[in-house]
Amino acid sequence: MQRSGIHGQRLIAIFLLGCLLFNYPLLYLFNIDYHVFGIPLLYIYMFVAWAVLIALTAAVVERKSD
Amino acid sequence: MLTGYVIVIASFLYVGLLFAIAYYGDKRADAGRSIIANPYIYALSLAVYCTSWTFYGSVGRAATSGIGFLPIYLGPTLMVVLWWYVMLKMIRISKANRITSIADFIASRYGKSQLLGGLATIIAVVGIVPYISLQLKAVSNSFSIILKYPAIAAPDSQAAIPLVADNTFYIALLLAAFTILFGTRHLDASERHEGLVAAIAFESVVKLLAFIAVGAFATFVLHDGFGDLFARATEYPQLQKLLDFSGSSINYTSWASLTFVSMLAIMFLPRQFQIAVVENVDERHLNKAVWLFPLYLLAINIFVLPITVAGLMHFPAGNIDADTFVLTLPIAHQQPLLTLVVFIGGLSAATGMVIVETIALSTMVCNNLAMPLLLRLNVLHLHERADLSALIVGIRRGAIVGVVLLGYAYFRLAGEAYALVSIGLISFVAVAQFAPAILGGMFWKGATRRGAICGLSAGFLVWGYTLLLPSFAKSGWLPLAFVDHGLFDIAFLKPLELFGLRGLDDITHGVFWSMFFNIGAYIGVSLVTTPSLAEQIQANLFVDAQRDSGFRRSESLRDSASVAELINLVGRFFGQRHTHDAFEAYALQRGAKSARELSADADLIHFAETLLAGAIGAGSARVVVASVVQEEPLGIDKVMNILDEASQVIAYSRQLEQKSRELEIATTELRSANQRLQELDLLKDDFVSTVTHELRTPLTSIRAFSEILHDNPALEPAQREKFLGIIIKESERLTRLINQVLDLAKIESGNAEWQSGEIDMREVLEDALSATSQMFKEKNIAVEMQLPEDLPLVVADRDRLMQVMLNLLSNAAKFCRENGRIKTGIARERGNLRIDVADDGIGISVEDQNFIFEKFRQVGDTLTKKPQGTGLGLPICRQIIHHFGGRLWVVSTPGQGAMFSFTLPFDGRPAVAPPEAGLAQRYGT
Repeated sequence: MQRSGIHGQRLIAIFLLGCLLFNYPLLYLFNIDYHVFGIPLLYIYMFVAWAVLIALTAAVVERKSD
Repeated sequence: MLTGYVIVIASFLYVGLLFAIAYYGDKRADAGRSIIANPYIYALSLAVYCTSWTFYGSVGRAATSGIGFLPIYLGPTLMVVLWWYVMLKMIRISKANRITSIADFIASRYGKSQLLGGLATIIAVVGIVPYISLQLKAVSNSFSIILKYPAIAAPDSQAAIPLVADNTFYIALLLAAFTILFGTRHLDASERHEGLVAAIAFESVVKLLAFIAVGAFATFVLHDGFGDLFARATEYPQLQKLLDFSGSSINYTSWASLTFVSMLAIMFLPRQFQIAVVENVDERHLNKAVWLFPLYLLAINIFVLPITVAGLMHFPAGNIDADTFVLTLPIAHQQPLLTLVVFIGGLSAATGMVIVETIALSTMVCNNLAMPLLLRLNVLHLHERADLSALIVGIRRGAIVGVVLLGYAYFRLAGEAYALVSIGLISFVAVAQFAPAILGGMFWKGATRRGAICGLSAGFLVWGYTLLLPSFAKSGWLPLAFVDHGLFDIAFLKPLELFGLRGLDDITHGVFWSMFFNIGAYIGVSLVTTPSLAEQIQANLFVDAQRDSGFRRSESLRDSASVAELINLVGRFFGQRHTHDAFEAYALQRGAKSARELSADADLIHFAETLLAGAIGAGSARVVVASVVQEEPLGIDKVMNILDEASQVIAYSRQLEQKSRELEIATTELRSANQRLQELDLLKDDFVSTVTHELRTPLTSIRAFSEILHDNPALEPAQREKFLGIIIKESERLTRLINQVLDLAKIESGNAEWQSGEIDMREVLEDALSATSQMFKEKNIAVEMQLPEDLPLVVADRDRLMQVMLNLLSNAAKFCRENGRIKTGIARERGNLRIDVADDGIGISVEDQNFIFEKFRQVGDTLTKKPQGTGLGLPICRQIIHHFGGRLWVVSTPGQGAMFSFTLPFDGRPAVAPPEAGLAQRYGT
């Protein structure tokens, strides 16, 4: 099946975003002793960022499905 | 309640349930109403990635390195986003080439190489069998723990349990049976195992639910939610380090390398390849999988840290292995049902992995190790046995049992060894070695077989040295010295600090060096070797797979074999009925009425190979087909076609060469013609200027004297007469000159009118002599004549001959001394008449002898003596004589006179074009 180039480009962008979100510089930023509703910030960041990534991927892929 | 029997029965019931689901799935598939042709099932089945290592091990890992358990789930999330490029292509390639395993993929890509297939299989087996053992160990441990309910104790060591009483052994056997039943129903391994996939998907659901159950329990029942849980955790300072990156937990480098390795593992773990590629029903399922699978991973990981923290809080440090928290927490809180659920969850995690890995590994072993060996040893006696399909199925089933038992054996032997418990990540790095060869092979046509062999071998060796062997050493199986001091005590070769690279954890270190050598060797060797024809064909098939979905093989040099032989051959491996059906379908597709009408062309051979590859792997399929097809000589017309094309190309290029050479020659000719024209141009200028000069000179005199006469009416009559005489003489001279120029021009251009008749030379000579007698008398010159009788007549123009004679005689008269003598004569000479005119004047020097025949040239000192003639006489004579086929020349010695001679042939030949005709033509006249 044919997919347009923009589709692939978006996915690559999401991939790069993920690499950024889950590696050194950004992780270091969130690595502080702060609690949100008692939950450590890093923990929340991880899962929220993860969920966002998944949601973005789903949005790109599902919208383009034939 | 939760007695031993209950547990055992529950476990076997659970496995029975798996059998039932698988059976149902297969039945539906056979009836054509597949239950797994659905993207959710596909996405769920991918979750086989989460094994007991996830179920139990995540918590264990979190207990020591905090958030460091997470990277191996983030990696797949990231990689899956790229699957649109990578996985889709892999699926398409695999479908087109009937690829059934990773080893098959690699072997097929690099020219259907059996060596590569075997190498990949060995790497997979060495890397994965311990991983299978780990699952069995988890099962055994969880059995051991739960059987002690409600007491909590560490699991018994394996050595204590005899084989027959070991529940794990029976589980292993059951798993082997399950795999055999639902994994080898069809001979063609490229067909899907629908029932099996359904069972795996079911297991994914079970383990997710079980984990969430215990997680929810730990968070919401034991505490009041996440906030409460973590708030309580702050009371334990040693737990703080688990919640961030500080201190003893993971560092950023390890984090990144684990993410990287798991990105590769999600594709190249044999079980992942099996599910994602081989078992894929519809490539559109990828769409859902790309986000559903990460969502699953997220869901199963949310509760890991809470469980860890809860467990660490509940069980004081050290007593209970954190790996078991998921089980021991419910036990500790008297939750039998939850405990059972968790246990079953752990069982599904382990069994799912074992089933799928076993199928993947056994396919590899059968196709890439067993088949090539059998073919090579000729044990199969291909020519004798009629039906080999049963044998192949038998081999495959044997391989399944073998792999499971091997895993069990390793588990029993290794016990608590480091070499077992740490195997998870070590396995990941092992399968990561496939990445360069596969990914490179999919996108780079220049990758060669030798490059892949070198890359894989290098990566495998470095992996073994930096990760596997140290784990053996840490288990006490190898001397620890080689880890501490390096091989042969060379510190540079320390397996954990290779070449002095310090500061990295074991896994990162191993990843770096193995990838370094793998990729380096792969690229380096590929660049210096050239792919063979088979490799190039396969490279095109693989790299271009995305573009051509209806790809047709191009003509390649193949041997020809009869269709019947091919069908027979394939049937021996595949089963006669299956083969017959497949070929008939193929024939219909190609537009033939039946398989009998097919022609044994390259496409058919490829189809046969591909069909066979589903059963015995690409490498072996190629060997088998080749063995039958080899006896036939190469089709002569096929060779002729190829030669014809080649020779056409050669002929065409020769023509081009020819044309360009001709062009060169033409250019040279044109250039020389141009040069000649330019020379003639110069000559023309010369001629024009000379003529102009010659004309001007007498005109100047005429004009000058006329003016004098005009301006001086009172001039003396004697003077007047003198001047008038000069004027007349000069006018005559001018007229003569003009006439001669015109004459010469006419002759040279070939426009002169010649009147040929038969001439008597004697007569002409005599007439000429009488005409010039006056001149002779004036200078008192004696004339001698030698005129023989009986001269033949010549054909010439009389007037022109007269002209020549007069000219020669008057010249002679001019240059003769006073009282000199002139001799004339006619003689016969070899078919010519020769006429001589000799004088005894001052003679002509050798240089001047040629000079005088040129236009406007006169001998004599032009400074002191005024020119006596026009300088055109002799050139004109020469032209005339030439015209009648004769020659005119002079012989002379200075001081002893000159003799002019010319010849005329008896039968005057027609005029030969004088050399300067072209020039004269330009001036017309």
